[in-house]
Amino acid sequence: MDWNFIIFSVVKVLVVFGALLTMVAYSVMAERKIAAWIQDRPGPNRVAPPFVKYLPILGPFLTRMGFFQPLADGLKSFLKEDFTPGGVKKIYFWLAPAVAIIPALMTVAVIPFGSVLGQQQMVIADLNVGILYTFGIVSLGVYGIVLAGYAANSKYPFLGGIRASAQMISYEIAMGMSVIPVLLIAGDLNLSGIIAWQTTHHWLICYAPISFVIFLVSAFAETNRTPFDFAEAEQELAGGYNVEYSSMKFALFPMGEYAAMLASAGMMVTLFFGGWTLPFWGLDQSAPSLGMGLVHILVFIAKMLFFMVVFIWVRWMFPRFRYDQLMDLGWRRFLPLALANILITAIVLWLQSGK
Amino acid sequence: MIVNRKPLTFWERLYLPAILGGFKVTFRHAFNTLFRGKTVTMEYPEQKWAVPAGYRGAPYLVKDQDGDTKCVSCQLCEFVCPPKAIKITPPGGSGLKPDRLNAEKMPLEFEINMLRCIYCGFCQEVCPEEAIFLQKDYSLVGTSRAELIYNKEKLLSLGGEAGGLQKWKHKLEEAKAQENFPVKI
Repeated sequence: MDWNFIIFSVVKVLVVFGALLTMVAYSVMAERKIAAWIQDRPGPNRVAPPFVKYLPILGPFLTRMGFFQPLADGLKSFLKEDFTPGGVKKIYFWLAPAVAIIPALMTVAVIPFGSVLGQQQMVIADLNVGILYTFGIVSLGVYGIVLAGYAANSKYPFLGGIRASAQMISYEIAMGMSVIPVLLIAGDLNLSGIIAWQTTHHWLICYAPISFVIFLVSAFAETNRTPFDFAEAEQELAGGYNVEYSSMKFALFPMGEYAAMLASAGMMVTLFFGGWTLPFWGLDQSAPSLGMGLVHILVFIAKMLFFMVVFIWVRWMFPRFRYDQLMDLGWRRFLPLALANILITAIVLWLQSGK
Repeated sequence: MIVNRKPLTFWERLYLPAILGGFKVTFRHAFNTLFRGKTVTMEYPEQKWAVPAGYRGAPYLVKDQDGDTKCVSCQLCEFVCPPKAIKITPPGGSGLKPDRLNAEKMPLEFEINMLRCIYCGFCQEVCPEEAIFLQKDYSLVGTSRAELIYNKEKLLSLGGEAGGLQKWKHKLEEAKAQENFPVKI
């Protein structure tokens, strides 16, 4: 038994879990703030715990920026009545929120969020089949929503669940296909290996831009974000798959959604934007000191937050697609495009290898 | 009527111009809100809108220039009130003397249930003594239903003073306007 490995793994899991949930909470806050700014509103700017009034300038600024809003949101979720409607299928009803959030949290396990800190590699599980693991886990994410829709035993959640199942399974194919050129170019399934390849070459966005576009759009569809938020189309389905849920069970669905967004942002950064590396100031080498290790983690988080902002921003830019348009885009545009992309990449690589 | 739907060009079908346009519009709005403070909303308890003249807010009783109750307990407002928000207890045999010299009586109790009031202004219109006016209060807050039933004391203190006894002057002006002079002064 390697106790050192076990202890450090547990510590890493706990820290990443805590950081991820914090980021989820603040993503919700960021969503509300950015939505407000785009709609000419100031957004949530009232929540202030009692100690804030003793902070001279920072306190009012943080209050105005809604910094303490997640505390109030979380408290509200816990204090709401946890109501189980009479007609629901109890086991699935209780299982669904957990099934919705756990895959999103598990995806993060293979994403390298930094180089090294001391002797420890900054990734929870340095799997050689990292990408396959990610896709395997992500495809479980659909069950949470489908189960919720099925368990609620009422028509709108059911419609939401059906929509989500078709949508997420369709886009998973396009998403999986879009990553294959990346694997062909980098020649590695290990995410750390892909980042290492990007340090010696350029970022993979330069080699596989079409892959990135398909991956980005599919990520929107996979995480049920506008313009593909059919599962929770409020105007059509009165809220979608989560209509019958309340309290913390309800809160787990948005938390799962935001965790999935964070995970796919992390995947995009890792696959196409060099992960924790930056191509200058020697930031693409393994960290020699603790400080540099922290800088690498910050670089990764900054890149991830950029994509979170894109996710949120896009939500307030586009109206929802029509369902047939969604299916058309997934099956008749992206799938052939992704296949052609694989073929062309393979041919180019074959010609370059000179055989 | 036949609407000609032009097929989208290749460039349009890529959605790219629409995406760029969307980014431009949303960025402009976010920038204006964040850095130039151009919001369409008002931060209510700190900022309040200017109540326009003629606004129909909560009805309060007013006092005359001597600080006396103008209401003479005629109960016209009670009868005209559509949601039956006003409840007047006349002095009856209680021996309550009016504040004013030239009045016959004043109400023993005058209650307006602000939860029922619909701010229609009929009470103000019907009042022969000009004793009740819809004022500019719109934010009435209470923690119980009982708290929002305003009694005479509260209505009078909130209503303030209406300058001078205007009643007969107004009657005169109305009559003059009609070139009909029923009152010889």
